[in-house]
Amino acid sequence: MIDEHFAGGTSPIHALDPRYRLAACLLLSLVAALARTPQTPLLILGAGLVLTVLSGVSAKLVLRRAAAVNLFIIFLWLFLPVSTPGMPLWQGLGLTVTREGVALAGLVTLKANAVFLCVLSLMGTIPAPALGRALTALGAPAKFSFLFVFTYRYLHVIAEEYGRLVTAARLRGFVPATDGRTYRTYAALVAMVLVRSYDRSQRVYQAMLLRGFTGVFPCLDRFAAGRRDVLFLGCVVALAAGAVWIEWLAGRGNV
Amino acid sequence: MSEPLLELVQVGFMYPGKTVPVLSGLNFRLEASERIGLYGPNGSGKTTLLHVIMGLLPPQAGAVRHKGRVMTTERDFREVRRSIGMLLQNADDQIIYPTVLDDVAFGPLNRGLSRGAARELAEQTLAMLGLAGFGDRLAHRLSGGEKKLVSLAGVLAMEPEALLLDEPTGGLDPDTRNRLVDILAHLAKPMIVISHDWDFLAQVTDTYYSIQSGQLIRNPDFILHRHVHGHPMGDHEHHHH
Repeated sequence: MIDEHFAGGTSPIHALDPRYRLAACLLLSLVAALARTPQTPLLILGAGLVLTVLSGVSAKLVLRRAAAVNLFIIFLWLFLPVSTPGMPLWQGLGLTVTREGVALAGLVTLKANAVFLCVLSLMGTIPAPALGRALTALGAPAKFSFLFVFTYRYLHVIAEEYGRLVTAARLRGFVPATDGRTYRTYAALVAMVLVRSYDRSQRVYQAMLLRGFTGVFPCLDRFAAGRRDVLFLGCVVALAAGAVWIEWLAGRGNV
Repeated sequence: MSEPLLELVQVGFMYPGKTVPVLSGLNFRLEASERIGLYGPNGSGKTTLLHVIMGLLPPQAGAVRHKGRVMTTERDFREVRRSIGMLLQNADDQIIYPTVLDDVAFGPLNRGLSRGAARELAEQTLAMLGLAGFGDRLAHRLSGGEKKLVSLAGVLAMEPEALLLDEPTGGLDPDTRNRLVDILAHLAKPMIVISHDWDFLAQVTDTYYSIQSGQLIRNPDFILHRHVHGHPMGDHEHHHH
């Protein structure tokens, strides 16, 4: 159901402490997202590319994901150049393409892809359970990270349950078609999944009580950061600082 | 004489919307080192009984006594859950963490153990069940039998004084079932085991009860002999009617 294509691996990126990866990812994404000049996201896009290559994930998968992200960007290119006021570049069909509009669309494209590559190489390479622990370690509220971890754990169970129901329906000759009966059948299946999930949540809660749950979510901290992790985060912070500096220089030049 | 670990006095329980109580005037004592097999048809109240013992269902009548003290509040039952471990029917309900080690350490951490101690205890318990090296395995990738053993590890890591097992052999293949028999037979703890698998009961328990009209009825051991043929003690001298 949830496939973690990037989480398994033995690359230098995968070997880094998940907490440091997550922190680096947040820092780079934040700097890229807040940039106003194209140089900053371009720098982070470059860093993201290097990290993605280092993480050794399949290029085909990366391109497929990138295509999905950039599908949304295409819509921005349709509207932003003609809807942003500024210096006209081209006029026709009652529309005016402005230089500012094109620049803005270009900036958004750079930012989106920079953040995409950073998240893919740094966060996508963390298995979900470790991501939950890393979130807690970085100070996210315990409830939030446990909600994430529980969702990951039980999404599989619920998906299996749905699969069993569909199989049961098929075994008794159910063939999906575009008619009212099919929709009613699917509605019944989804309703069953909801009811069963609710029942299951009760049983899970009971099981937690049986093992002494008192409302506090304990967590085994299994991270061990080494010199390499610190060095990595140091490089990322330096890069982010460089990006902010470029941003500042560019901003001063414009004024 | 010292107080029994667990005692039920005149316990009554009826599910809302029903007219017949599942448990009524039920009396029971769990003595040290007693291993009880509980069998009977579906809906006869076996699971309900275990849930009442653990404080998951409040009895409408009677009392649950733990080491001589009457347990009433949720806080009381936390003590019961610390001393008695219960294994649920469905392992997926019990394994709440995506990774095995985190899950087994859940109980010890709730008991207030330090992270290091909880981790060590979890690893020891896994090793004891033949699951050494399972710590980083993902729960949803485990087989049914592995899930059952991991959920048992989660209960045993609580270091309970007694065990309640609700149909532990459901859906297990013979190998895993035998492993479970082996593990349980070597645990020197009192236990109550619900099962429809009489061979299994014969291997891990020595006293047999069923619930009839809301009461726990002790069944003479020969009933097992009268019905079971392929049982493991078949080479011992016994009678068939």
